[in-house]
Formats: sequence, structure tokens, C-alpha cells
Amino acid sequence: MKKTFRMMDLDCANCAAKMERAIQNIDGVTSATVSFMTQKLTLEADDARFDQIVKEAVKACKKVEPDCEIVVK
Amino acid sequence: MTKKQKKTLRRILGSVVLFAVVWAVTALASLPPWGEFLLYLLPYALIGWDILWKAVRNILNGQVFDENFLMALATVGAFGCGEYREGVAVMLFYQVGELFQSVAVSRSRASIAQLMDIRPDSANVERDGQVVTVDPEEVTVDEIIVIRAGERVPLDGTVVEGASSLDTAALTGESMPRDVAAGDEVVSGCVNLSGLLRVKVSRPFGESTVAKILDLVENSAAKKAKAEHFITKFARYYTPTVVLCAVALAVLPPLLGLGAWRTWVLRALNFLVVSCPCALVISIPLSFFGGIGGASRQGILVKGGNYLEALAKAGTVVFDKTGTLTQGRFAVTEVSPVGMDREELLELAAQAEQFSNHPIARSILTAWGGIPNRDRVAQVEELAGRGLRVQVDGRMVLAGNERLLTENGMVLPEQPEAPGTVIHLAVEGRYAGRLVISDQLKPGAREAIQALKAAGVGRTVMLTGDSEAAGQAAARELGLDQVYAQLLPGDKVDRVEALLAEKTPGHTLVYVGDGINDAPVLSRADVGVAMGAMGSDAAIEAADVVLMDDDLRKLSRAVAIARKTMTIVKENTVFAIGVKLAVLALSAAGLVGLWWAVFADVGVSVIAILNSSRMLKAH
Repeated sequence: MKKTFRMMDLDCANCAAKMERAIQNIDGVTSATVSFMTQKLTLEADDARFDQIVKEAVKACKKVEPDCEIVVK
Repeated sequence: MTKKQKKTLRRILGSVVLFAVVWAVTALASLPPWGEFLLYLLPYALIGWDILWKAVRNILNGQVFDENFLMALATVGAFGCGEYREGVAVMLFYQVGELFQSVAVSRSRASIAQLMDIRPDSANVERDGQVVTVDPEEVTVDEIIVIRAGERVPLDGTVVEGASSLDTAALTGESMPRDVAAGDEVVSGCVNLSGLLRVKVSRPFGESTVAKILDLVENSAAKKAKAEHFITKFARYYTPTVVLCAVALAVLPPLLGLGAWRTWVLRALNFLVVSCPCALVISIPLSFFGGIGGASRQGILVKGGNYLEALAKAGTVVFDKTGTLTQGRFAVTEVSPVGMDREELLELAAQAEQFSNHPIARSILTAWGGIPNRDRVAQVEELAGRGLRVQVDGRMVLAGNERLLTENGMVLPEQPEAPGTVIHLAVEGRYAGRLVISDQLKPGAREAIQALKAAGVGRTVMLTGDSEAAGQAAARELGLDQVYAQLLPGDKVDRVEALLAEKTPGHTLVYVGDGINDAPVLSRADVGVAMGAMGSDAAIEAADVVLMDDDLRKLSRAVAIARKTMTIVKENTVFAIGVKLAVLALSAAGLVGLWWAVFADVGVSVIAILNSSRMLKAH
């Protein structure tokens, strides 16, 4: 499954790169890109564990930049 | 400026004033060192508290090479060495730079959002005899919407009533308005210029042209170019390396007895300030984003930074002929009668072909211009792969290819090879002449190919299913280097494979087609370009670059935009890395102070961002 999430208050480009790397390392993630310009996360991961992976991704981002919020709809 | 940015600005101004007052006080009154320290702590706390707070928080999260932490360490270090003024000033400049960056980035985001401002806000839909204004997403297929003059077409559909002209500039970059009347299709995103239109909706909003384009451009950032990957990779190793160097610089020389601890620690602090890779990490994606945004403004949709990168290196451009270089509209280009006059031959052919709906037959009727009389024609017999045998005014007429005539025992006179499809005619067993029907070249196709060559494209190739003669004729007229004719659809993929194998390293192969029949070829090429895609889903799906209208000249413009983007990317990479390395070297030698280090960090970022934003203003 592939899904795009909006990211609020993503203020630092290097953080975006760090988040991208952190999310890519989560087990079950096929591909992940964090775009600083469009403030979006594009995540492709296992269908079965998708929600779990999203939770882990949110956690990983919080670790890099606690002020940044991933909008999970 | 956003609220947050304004708040930061006020904080910076307040800190500047406080800093100046403290500076004046310490210059006039002779205070003990701890008094100076406490006084300078005031502006430092005001300007730097958030950085210090983030540094502590992030270090607890295990983010060692966090820029807040490094900046905090550098300024605290400066205080520790008794350089109070430097400590405050570095923090101040860092904040000014960050604010500047933040403003520049939000400006770029805003101007791209403006470029892509084609999303319709509302639709006027007729329901129960009344016109109600609703969100375009709420309109269903087959409902009737009303579009007034000055409004944006909210959904794709067919005009049922009214006539007007539409401004398609937002989609195609073309300023020439397009006239529409009942029966014509309208595409969402255009602006209705004059009359009132009633339109029957053909697709829900989610599948409309506008939604597709917006989706495509917004998601283009997810396909990153090699240059972007290089930068993130570089950043990953750069910061730890510089920080380790800083530690070594602070510790090793004093241990070896090369000077005082304070001197070397101060130099090492410079390293910490320069270690942030932000300039690169921001400006490179910004350049690609700007390039994609600027291109879409001209009706060129690029699906990702990687394709922009590949397009800039175009070395071979392969064109499909029909519908790409030609209009896909057939016309009679040669009439060569034998033993009768031109008009007679045309009329004969037109009468014979009047029942056929084939585009070639239609073009003959158009060329003749008269109205055919079905009573004059009898015994129409279609001979597959050959042509027609038919009675016209009681005379036996053959109309078809060479094979048809030779099979009926006729010998054709020597004729030059024709640049198109040939229809030979014979009356009562006697050869009567031939018509040549060819596809019309697109206006601007020749200029487009010349522009590509001028831009350094080494090889231009045409692929066609037409005859060798037709292909060669078109290629000569267009100035193409090579033609492969008589190809079946499957052969095109093999041809492109072969051309891919032949291209010079470092260059890419671009394939340009109409996107309808050549999806496999489009995906095989390094960059697949689909033309005239307004309203064609298949083309938008299959291609990497989509030209919204039929104008081939957009292709060279797309290459130019791609090249410009890559130039800016290279400039920024070399400039930022160059300045950082230079400042690192000078810092190690003790020739520059913390001020320069701050410039190498935020100053370079700001300059790189400004350079990138040229991509947005160029058009």
C-alpha cells in the first residue's frame, strides 16, 4: 500500500532527510520519501502491518523533530 | 511572513537592542569578568533559549549531530573561553539566517502554490431546476453544470448549450484562446472567457484533468533525482566527519604542545558551526521543485526530479511519426493524371471511394470538394489489401495499390517513389494516373528539431509504420538524422532497445510519442514524453514527461528548463561545499573567526536558496 501524508511544521531540511532515513529503516517499509518542499511523506509498506508501520514512522519523526506533526487521517 | 516568523523577528530585534546596551555598558564601566558574563548572558538567553532547549531535548532522543546541539555547543564553548560577544553574536546571526531561510522557503512554496493555482473552488450545478453552488467533488457524472464568463471550468465534460472561448493557459501555457460550442469537450482548469456554457459532466472530480495534474505535480517531489540522493548521502557523512575533526582539532595540537588550549578550542568551535549541511539539503530539492513548477506553468508536466535530470542529458531523441511529428490528418498531396485532366481523375477517385469511411477515402473527397452521386456508382467490390473494383458511369474502375493493378494485368509506368500512400486508378483496363495521400507535418516541427539540435541533442530519429519513401520524405523535410520505416508496433520497442544500446555514456534517450499506442516504448526509454495529452488519461499515466498540448517546440523548452535546473544544482553544490571547505581550512589555520563560520553556515544557505529561486522567476 502506498499513501501520502501531510507533515506540519517541518522546518528543517536536514531533519527531513534524517526522518526519511529513519522511516526507510523501519521493518516492512518498501520505500519512503520525505519532501521538505512539499512537506509530505510518501510511504509504501506492507499492507498487513501498514497501520503499525505508520505509528512507528510517526514515532521516528518525533524523535528527530518533536515539533513536527504527521497528519494521519 | 507567518506568525511564527514575525515572532522570531521581534525576538531578534529585541535581542539586538539588548546586546547593544550590554555592549555599551561593558565598554563604559569596567566590570569584573563575572559581571560581564552575567550581563551578556541576558541577550544570549533571549535569543538562544529555544536552541538550547531543543539541543537538550534532541540529545535526550539520541540525536547527536543535531544542528541545535552543535550550535548550542559552539556558543556555550565561546562563553566558556570568555568570548561573550562572539557567543551572543553567533547565536544572533544564526537566528537571523534561520529566519531568512524560513521566509525564503515559504516564499518559494507560495509561488509554486500560485503556479499550480488551477484548482476550481466551486461548481454551479443544476438540480431540480435550480442552480446551486457546490464543491466540485460533490458533482456526479452526467449532471449539468453552468459555467459563467470569468469562471474556471470545474470538471471535465461536454458542452450541451452555449458557445464561448476558453483560456487554456493554466494547463498548456498557450495564450491563444480555444473556441468551444455545443458538442465540444471542455477540460477542467481552463477559464471561460466570454459566454455562458452548460456542460454535461463526464468524469468525477477525482478523475478530472485538474485533479490528475495537481496530483502529478505534488507527487513529483517523491521521485528524487540522483543529485538529491547524493546530497542527503553527503550530509549524512559530512556532519559527523566535521564534528570528529573539531574534537581532534581541540585536543591534539595542545597535547602535542603546539599552542594554548583556548586557541585550539576556539578554532574547533568554528568547525561545529560549519558542520551543518543545511545549505545543500535545502537548495537542491528547491531547485528541482522550482524547475518542475516552472515547467508545469508552460504546460510541461515532469513527474519527478529524476526525469528532469535525465532530460538535461538528452543525447538521442526518438520520435514517433504519426500524431507526433505529423498531425495525423491525411491530405491529397499529389495528383498525376495520365490521359485525362486533374479534375477528372480526382472526381473519378472521389466517386469510386464515396462509400468508404477510411481516412484516405475521406481525404480524397475533401480534395475533390464536390458532392458525390451514389446513382453513378454500381457494383462496389472491396478487395482486401488491394483496393476497390467499382462501376462508375458504367465504366469499370480500379482504385487501389500497385498490386491491384498488376494482378489485373496492367503494367505501371515508371514513377518516382511517392512520399505517402499511393492510390492508382485504371479505367476500362487503361492506367489513368495516381493520387498520393500523405500526412501533414505539424507546424513548428522543423523548428522544434532544429532547437533540439542547437541544444546539443546529437541524434534525432524517427520511427514509423509508414513506407520507407514516406518516412524518408518527412525526415528530409524535418531535418532528422535517421528514419526506421515499416515498423510494426512491436518493432518499435526493439528499435528503441537497440538505440539505447548505441547511445554514448552519460547521455539519455528521450522518446516522444502520442502516448496512446506506445505505452511500452514510453516506459522503456530513459525519458518517455507524451504529447497532446490534455484529456488523455492513458498518456498521462504512461509518460514521464507530459506535454499538455500538441506543440513540439515545448520539448526543447523542457530540455532548456531541465538544463537550467541542473546548472543551478551544480552551482549550489560547488559553491556550498567550496565555501564550507575553505572556511574549515582557514579556521584550522586560525585565520578566520566565528563570524565567518556563521556565514559559511547560514549565509551560504541563503545565497543558495536565492539562486534556486531563480528557477521560479525565469518565466
